Amino acid sequence: MLVNVPGPWSPLLGRLALSEIPYTNPILAPLFVVIVLAGIALVAAITYYGKWGYLWKEWFTTVDHKKLGVMYIILGLVMLFRGFIDGLMMRTQQMLAVGPGDNGMKAMGAIHGYLTPFHFGQIYSAHGLIMILLAATPLLVGIMNIIVPLQIGARDMAYPYLNALGLWITAAAVFLIMISLFVGDFSHNGWFGYAPIFELAYSPGVGVDYWIWTLELVALGTTLGSINFLATVVKMRAPGMTWSRLPIFTWSAVSANIIALTSFPCLQVALALVGADRYLGTHFFTAGFGGNLMLYTNLFWLWGHPEVYFVILPAFGMISEIIPAFSEKPIFGYTAMVLATFAIAGVSWIVWLHHFFTMGMGPYVSTEFSIATMLVGIPTGVKVFNWAATMYKGRLTFSAAMLWAIGALFLLLIGGLTGMMLSIPAVNYMVHNSVFVVAHFHMMLLCIVYAVFGAVIFWFPKVFGFKLNEAWGKIMFWLFSAGTFLVFFPMFMLGFMGETRRLDWPFDPHWAVWFDVQEIGIVVYVLSVLAFLWMIYVSIRDRAHHRVGADAWGTSRSLEWLTDSPVPFYNYAMVPHINARDEAAWRREHGFSQSRPDHFAAIHMPNNTGVAVYIGALTFVIGFGLTWRIWWLTVAALILTVLIMIYRSGKGDPGYVISAEEMEKLDRESRQNMSDGQQHLPKGGGYTGGTVTAYSAAASDQRPQGTPPGNSRPLS
Amino acid sequence: MSSSHDKPVDPNQVVLWSDDYEGHDVISTRTFGFWMYILSDGMLFATLFAAYGVLSYSHSYYTGPTPAQFVAPWYTFIQTMALFLSVLAYGFSMASLKTGSKAGVINGIMASMVLGIVFVGLDIHDVLRMISIGVTPEVSGGLSAFYALTQVHAAHIFVGLIWMLVMLYQILRKGFTEDVVGRLISLRMFWQFQAVMWVFIYVFVYLWGYMS
Repeated sequence: MLVNVPGPWSPLLGRLALSEIPYTNPILAPLFVVIVLAGIALVAAITYYGKWGYLWKEWFTTVDHKKLGVMYIILGLVMLFRGFIDGLMMRTQQMLAVGPGDNGMKAMGAIHGYLTPFHFGQIYSAHGLIMILLAATPLLVGIMNIIVPLQIGARDMAYPYLNALGLWITAAAVFLIMISLFVGDFSHNGWFGYAPIFELAYSPGVGVDYWIWTLELVALGTTLGSINFLATVVKMRAPGMTWSRLPIFTWSAVSANIIALTSFPCLQVALALVGADRYLGTHFFTAGFGGNLMLYTNLFWLWGHPEVYFVILPAFGMISEIIPAFSEKPIFGYTAMVLATFAIAGVSWIVWLHHFFTMGMGPYVSTEFSIATMLVGIPTGVKVFNWAATMYKGRLTFSAAMLWAIGALFLLLIGGLTGMMLSIPAVNYMVHNSVFVVAHFHMMLLCIVYAVFGAVIFWFPKVFGFKLNEAWGKIMFWLFSAGTFLVFFPMFMLGFMGETRRLDWPFDPHWAVWFDVQEIGIVVYVLSVLAFLWMIYVSIRDRAHHRVGADAWGTSRSLEWLTDSPVPFYNYAMVPHINARDEAAWRREHGFSQSRPDHFAAIHMPNNTGVAVYIGALTFVIGFGLTWRIWWLTVAALILTVLIMIYRSGKGDPGYVISAEEMEKLDRESRQNMSDGQQHLPKGGGYTGGTVTAYSAAASDQRPQGTPPGNSRPLS
Repeated sequence: MSSSHDKPVDPNQVVLWSDDYEGHDVISTRTFGFWMYILSDGMLFATLFAAYGVLSYSHSYYTGPTPAQFVAPWYTFIQTMALFLSVLAYGFSMASLKTGSKAGVINGIMASMVLGIVFVGLDIHDVLRMISIGVTPEVSGGLSAFYALTQVHAAHIFVGLIWMLVMLYQILRKGFTEDVVGRLISLRMFWQFQAVMWVFIYVFVYLWGYMS
């Protein structure tokens, strides 16, 4: 059954050998040293300050959806940085390598530029996989994790332990792809894989195996998470939170997780079949023996396109929360917005073929998929017009979060219009696999990144109790936008000039100037990364001056702004009763915003557990063992995982109860902790340009910009 | 915008906090979540069926055997009956759960397990028979898809058997706690769903394969 691998194999270590460590590589070896030193420094610092117990008790073993969400976001940001470094390396390679002739750095072993083609192939493959599945997905899942239970008035997710398991399996995937840097190679077949190049005969190394098991792990983690989100929203809404009052972000989380739940199994099967080809010698995707190459491409994109909407829909939801808050208006066209969300989710299933019109399926099939793809533009257009109508005649505050949200709209417009161009098969044949396509989908994915940065700034005070520095948030926004403009507008042009994607050696010297512009753009991106880090540093340093109350922005609308900032671990001292669609705004408008529960009840909370960490670690071992074909290790880890699951199932989690008196005390402490925020008046506009008053509803309404409308009313 | 924003509100009548909220129903939440899992498992089988469909043209079998030459529908019919009776036995077990009869539940699950083991045993025997006549997954893409679909299903049955064993232990050890009852209901969904998948496999792979 098992195929014979080329090269040495031993029962104890599988394919693993010292020669697999790239210690002679002039880029990876120094990087390895740096990372090891940084790791030692980190471990030493944690040990010196005695924080291991704190980390283990408060973070690693937690089942609190907010902490898990924060860890998801940290994971996503770290991988966003890693993927960005990959992008930086690709841009630099193309700038150095452009032109005829061999201009390579011979010392690095490169004929063109400074990277060998094999290394370049690994970089673009890792960049794509990381950015979509290990940066965007954890960032979005993390934000959904924090916000969805708060927006529906729940104390936690439906399955807190499963939530932790999802995080640690995703973390295992991250560790697996990171270790591929220093032990063996990564796949060089692109992030979606090409049949039959990923077959063992053509890719004999472990790179493709790393790729398979990283994807399988992240798919598993995301599927578990999607079950959790759906059960949470369906079963755990607070009294009065009817479906027609659900915040738009929660609606988008529902639609996105329906997509994730139904589409990720396709990816898992597609990759398992690739694995069967490579490990068991089957012929699913081989060029001969009755295999079918295009079956793989179809199965992959059958997942791949819904996945695209799995990441964009929560981003749309974030924009739908940020824009009303800073327009001081409810969202325009709530029902249309929800219907549009689900229309996009539905259409996502019937457009996958537009990723490979060049397969040559004939005019009828092409036409169907072309029209289906164009249909996506209708609900997306509805959304864009709804956002515009929300801002129309609103009291706009151009805070950092709002800038990111508006920036996302511009990218959506450019990405959407170029997407409409690509949906025409005749055009698609012309630009297929050119960097025009690459620029298009970067517009869409950057739309997500913009929404995520907006959401992080918007909800940061809810989670941590203080605001991020507005000025640096705006500086970062403008730097990031300049970088986006400089990198991707030349890329659109290069696509029309005929540059295909993934070129380690762009041979045409006429392209040189545009590569230089792109390199300048990526340097500007580097500056924006520095601005981000500085924003975090400054905000933490000055946190005492930026404390906020429950309603951090003074104009917030949905339910999560009712509870204290930072959110206590039990979320709501008493589960709120929902009276209106935008409950926080409703309470503010009717003078209840200062109302707190005056009596309390006992609540039931889940215990922390280390089991999720152990199982996460074991899934990493399984992935590593499968990659290197260390069978005893794989089987042992698998059996251990099953035994731990059975053990935990027998033990169960009785949870613990907080009594009513204890709750009253906790609630009092939480309010005192937040009391600085009571005097807080949000400053609209801030550092760079003040605010623009688009429209004032009534002449008497002369309150300062951004002041909560209901604050001056007497409490009843 | 919802009209509730515009209505005047009597501050003495308004309800802001849910005093009598009992929280969510654990078993119902759990059952719903497991139903969601079943949905994703359905997609997994759907993808495998799609792969089988694409890889069941005559050229997919290369020069090797086609299902008409190696499947045995009557033999597989016995498997079908074993699985159906197993589901029936599990159904009896769940009927006993309603009356709280520990013996009834345990007998039902044990009968279900025995029939499940018969199913897996017959499957292993069938696979060994096919391998002995040279029908292996390495022969052609068509056979790869045949084995993937049928053996992924068999693996599900195997997992279900382990789950039954764990449940037997938990029933004896803990009795019908909320956790145990919730798991028994989930297991029922899982077991019935596998039987439904088997119906499709039997029809499309074995019967259709035999006729084509």
